[in-house]
Parts: sequence; C-alpha cells; structure tokens
Amino acid sequence: MSLHAAASKFEMAVLEHLDAAHNLARWLMHSDQDAQDVVQESCMNALRSFDSFRGGDFRAWFLTIVRNTSFTWLRRRKSSSGPVSGQSLEIGAEIAADGEVYDPQAIAIRAVNVDLVRRAIAALPEVLREALVLREMENLSYKEIGKITGVPIGTVMSRLARGRMQLQALLMEMDQPSANKSFRRARDDLR
Amino acid sequence: MTCDEARQLLHAYIDDELDIATALRIEAHLPDCPKCRKELEAARAVGRAVAQRGIYYPAPSALRDQLKRAIRSEMGKTETLSQPWFPTAWWKRPMAFSGLAAAMLLIVCSVMFFLPAHASRGEIDDLVGSHVRSLEENHLMDVASTDQHTVKPWFAGKLDYSPPVIDLSAEGFPLIGGRLDYLDQKKVAALIYHRNKHVINLFIWPGDTTPEVDVAQGFNLIRFECKGMICWAVSDLNAGELQQFADLFKAQKAASTRS
Repeated sequence: MSLHAAASKFEMAVLEHLDAAHNLARWLMHSDQDAQDVVQESCMNALRSFDSFRGGDFRAWFLTIVRNTSFTWLRRRKSSSGPVSGQSLEIGAEIAADGEVYDPQAIAIRAVNVDLVRRAIAALPEVLREALVLREMENLSYKEIGKITGVPIGTVMSRLARGRMQLQALLMEMDQPSANKSFRRARDDLR
Repeated sequence: MTCDEARQLLHAYIDDELDIATALRIEAHLPDCPKCRKELEAARAVGRAVAQRGIYYPAPSALRDQLKRAIRSEMGKTETLSQPWFPTAWWKRPMAFSGLAAAMLLIVCSVMFFLPAHASRGEIDDLVGSHVRSLEENHLMDVASTDQHTVKPWFAGKLDYSPPVIDLSAEGFPLIGGRLDYLDQKKVAALIYHRNKHVINLFIWPGDTTPEVDVAQGFNLIRFECKGMICWAVSDLNAGELQQFADLFKAQKAASTRS
C-alpha cells in the first residue's frame, strides 16, 4: 500500500470514530480544551504506530490509544500538583456493592435534567466512568471494553454494576442546580 | 435461581452478555421477585439517563478540520523523512539489490543464530498495558518510598529473587516507590521513577536479554540487562531521556556492586 493510500485510509478511519474518541477523552479529562489536545495527540500517536495495527477493530484500537493518552495526561497533571499519595490498591474497589436501590420512576424524573446527569457522571471514579461511557454511549460489548481498558470481562461487569449503583446515588442525592450558574461552578470545581 | 445469584448477573443481563440458558433463568426469577425487578428497572433508568441525547460530547467540527490538516502534514513529513532509507527505486538497480539482499541475509542469519528473539507484540502490549494501569487512580504503588533501603526489602518474600533497587534522585530520576505486577502470568517487580512530570515504570525479572528499543501507542520502551535481570523501562518520556535513565540505572548498579 502506498503511503498516500495508507494516509487516506487512516484519515477515514480516524474521522469515522472521532466522536467516540472525543467523547471518551472529554469524560476522562473534564475539560473541552484538554479533551481536544488529548484527541490530537492520540491521533498522532495512532498515526505513528498505524503499522502495528494488524487489521481488526480499528475503533477499539484507537479508543485504547485515546484512553492511554488521557491517563498519561491525568497522571502528569496530578503529579504536578504535589507528590502522588502512596495509598495502596484496594481503595475504590470495595465501594458499595450493596448500595441502596432507588425508585426507577424517581431516577427517570431526575434524569430529565441533563446538567445534573452530566455532573453525576463526572463525579464517578474514573474507571467506573469510562466503563459506563463505553457501554452506554458507545454500545461496546464487555469484551471490547475489557480490551480497551486492559481488564478481564468479569472486572468490566463489576465496574458497570458499581458504576450504575453509584450513579443512582449521585443522581438522587446531588443538589439539583436551579440555573446554569451552579452547573458551571460545579464543572469548574472539577477542573 | 436465588435472589443473590440473580442480582449478581443482573447487569450482564441488562447488557445482553449472558448465554440464553442463564438469561432465561433470570427471566424466570423476575416475576417472583419485586426486589430484583426494582433493581433491574433502576439500573435501566440510569443507563437511559447516560445514553440520552445531550449527554454525549461529539467532536467539534474545528477539531475535525484541524486533524485532517495535521494528518496530511504528518504524512508529508514521513514521506520526506523516509527517503534516505528508501533511495529512489533501488530495486530497479540489480547491483544494489544483490548487495542489499546479501546484507539482509547476513543480518537475518545472525539474528536467528546469535541473538535471542525480539520482544513480541504481545509482550510489548502487556508492558504498555501495565504501565497505563499504573497511571489509574491509586494503582501506581504498593510501597511508596524514595528510600531504596525501604523499597528493596519490601520485595523480599513477595518474589523469589531480589530486584536491584537504585535511587537516581541526584541524576534527576527520583525513585518514588515499588509495586508487584503481573506480566504474562508471572510476578515481576515494578519500580516507579519520576522525571519532571513523567512517570517511568521499570519492570524487572530474572533472565538474560539483549538491548531493544520499541515504541507502542505513544509510549517508549527500552529493554536492557542488568546483573542477570531483564529490565524494561516504559514511559511517555522522550526516547533520549529514557535511554539516559536506562544507562544511569545500569551504570549505578555496576558501581554499587563493585563497592
């Protein structure tokens, strides 16, 4: 394949999955500018290692790169704001597997408030958030999500279960913003 | 099916990830169990809330245009860069071809007979996967210490070998901790270093090897041998500085064992 043909094939594939890439990066990074920068860097990384892509699922391959680049950026940002705390692995693993179940009707009513839903998703731990984003927004299978996030299928399942449980609680217990102002403030807090 | 069993599988049921027999057993359980039905409906309501319109962040069209330009200019660069390696139509010149073929044959033979195999794509992907996992929240370290005399003994009893642990703070690569990791189902030591804002994972296990440099998914990887150990350094740090790190590690280890 000539370089030109490879480039246009790559370009087509990237543009086809650009929304998915941007959406994932945006949910991981919490900021428009960072999401765009991450997508741009991911795209260049993907282009440089395109010859290691052996056919198959381009979307999963590309999203893996976007995810890895996002975590690299997040870690870099964190380490610049002070030393990384050395707590061990267990934290976050045992959160409320047995949380409260809320009334489905009440959840549906609260879910009408898009700002509230976005805030609640943004407040989830990042591994639960990415699993939900890939499952509910991209309709990916457990196998695909496992491949992208580098964990076994069983872990994907428990992350989705925990993600949905925690999201219920967040949706039901977070303050409903009365105006856009408070949403913006919450979003800025997250940055 | 008991309620507990059903509740464990409920999310896989929602996501259509169960085999038919198990899915049918869930469906048989649901009519008798208001608790499971409520949990199922609540999880579905949450799913719909996430999937609804207005939550998704599609790529802005400016980003789309910017990327098209970036891809084209990057490809242009690669084309000019790669020319020295592929001089114009060398395959049309018989002399050049036979020379090149002989050289290539020699290289292939020496690689086959004298050198251990190159790292497989699978191994590289595992290393990058481990590195990225370590960047997730709270996954970086099992033991956080900048003191090599704390980190080294921590591995004792967890591994049946003792990995070299060296602090390179003075050289600008501070040790920040260690972690037990798994690569291809074997336990390995992982040392974590910082370089400015970058994280370096140094994976170590016994064996002998040859130096190798690799790039995957935007990360640089360098393999080297140090005192009977295979060492893989993985980072988003640029290749030059990562090589400097590998060289320093080897040199310091050699110095510390001599003294």
